[in-house]
Amino acid sequence: MKYALFLGCTIPVRGQNYEMSARAVAKVLDIGLVDLDDFSCCGFPVKATDRHDTTVMAARNLAIAAAEGLDIATLCNACTGVLTETEKELAGNEALRNEVNAELKKIGREYKPGVKVKHFSRILYEDVGLDKLKDKVTRDLGALSFSAHYGCHYLRPKEIYECFDDAENPHTLDELIRVTGAKSVDYMGKLDCCGGAILGVDEGIALRMAKNKLDSVTANKVDALVTICPFCTIMYEDNQKKIEAKYECYYGLPTLYYPQLLGLAFGLDRKSLGFRLNKVKPDDLLAKIGVE
Amino acid sequence: MIDSKKLDPHFKFEVAKEMGKVNVTRCFACGTCTAGCPVRVIDSKYNPRKIIRMVLLGMREEVLSSDFIWLCSTCYTCYDRCPQDVMLTSLMTTLRNIAVREGHVHPAFKEQARLVGSFGRLYEVEDFDNKKREKMGLPPVKKIHDEVVKLLEHDAKKEAES
Repeated sequence: MKYALFLGCTIPVRGQNYEMSARAVAKVLDIGLVDLDDFSCCGFPVKATDRHDTTVMAARNLAIAAAEGLDIATLCNACTGVLTETEKELAGNEALRNEVNAELKKIGREYKPGVKVKHFSRILYEDVGLDKLKDKVTRDLGALSFSAHYGCHYLRPKEIYECFDDAENPHTLDELIRVTGAKSVDYMGKLDCCGGAILGVDEGIALRMAKNKLDSVTANKVDALVTICPFCTIMYEDNQKKIEAKYECYYGLPTLYYPQLLGLAFGLDRKSLGFRLNKVKPDDLLAKIGVE
Repeated sequence: MIDSKKLDPHFKFEVAKEMGKVNVTRCFACGTCTAGCPVRVIDSKYNPRKIIRMVLLGMREEVLSSDFIWLCSTCYTCYDRCPQDVMLTSLMTTLRNIAVREGHVHPAFKEQARLVGSFGRLYEVEDFDNKKREKMGLPPVKKIHDEVVKLLEHDAKKEAES
């Protein structure tokens, strides 16, 4: 099992704990993750200003993976959405394909259909499978409970994701949590958006969106929120203090990237999973399972 | 109050053409979009059903110069639930793209486009970042993607002209 690892913009500079833990669990599972230096931004950030620029940028990234004969593994939900959407759009539209390729020719690249784009969590669920994950579990996480935040672009628009999960009642991340032995606790507003995409447009609305989820998740006294997208984490973890100050409340809710949780279950140490970079320190949670 | 003299009945076709789909004209105003919208529940100034009505009525200037078209969080909930397949998230993108061409770009998105056009990525990567990555055992990331800068230089030119 081998994929080109698509990091996107946020993870390499603001979510290295996600990257470190994903690489660490991939190693345990024998998933080859190949770094391609030429991968750039996926194209999502320019969609609001020029949708066609997004298509061209995504097509270029797809062409880079195709040239290496590799499918793409993503870690960010927005990258997953844009690359998947573009692959489907271009594969089914010859006129657009020709138009995009005329532009890519300027930089000596060519898009050809056929690259499969998959989020790392989906790879764990579909390609590795729960049974194989369970086989690798060596540390008992039975004392811990988590709530899953899927993030919008992991599930929607559902037409581009072959219904690998149910967008209205998702279960795959909950199953991935349970396979570690930990509990997965449901909560109100599970599908609600983190607000990350409009943080720069209206901070008040975006922070309120994140607050509602923090309220709902902490009501169940779980040990942490589990995310699979760097921007969702920025909303729930990086902005948690800001929300607490603004609304005069306290959460102290750690946010773990799913591979960090899986890595704990695999018996990996705190350092290799990048826990030092978690802004809301998960010390209590780690103490519960005897991790120094 | 809507001033009928200011309406542009062609606007909905302009939007449909830009989208490459005529789906917006199918809206029967059921409000499924607004009912499930995570932004609308917090602030009523963003109301997808109302935006569609404004498009269909031809309130071109009001829509394109509005603040609310920038408030869609692109969660795709309305997109997936719409019984008439209006493809709202794509519609909002289309409205934003037309607005940008008419000089109404929101500063947050203008800055994002500038960064991506300058570096090929959303954050400028410094040597410091790569040193930090090295300490964590992570490979360096490229600081500037010249190919992307070249692909997007037409935007930079347009920006300079304006």
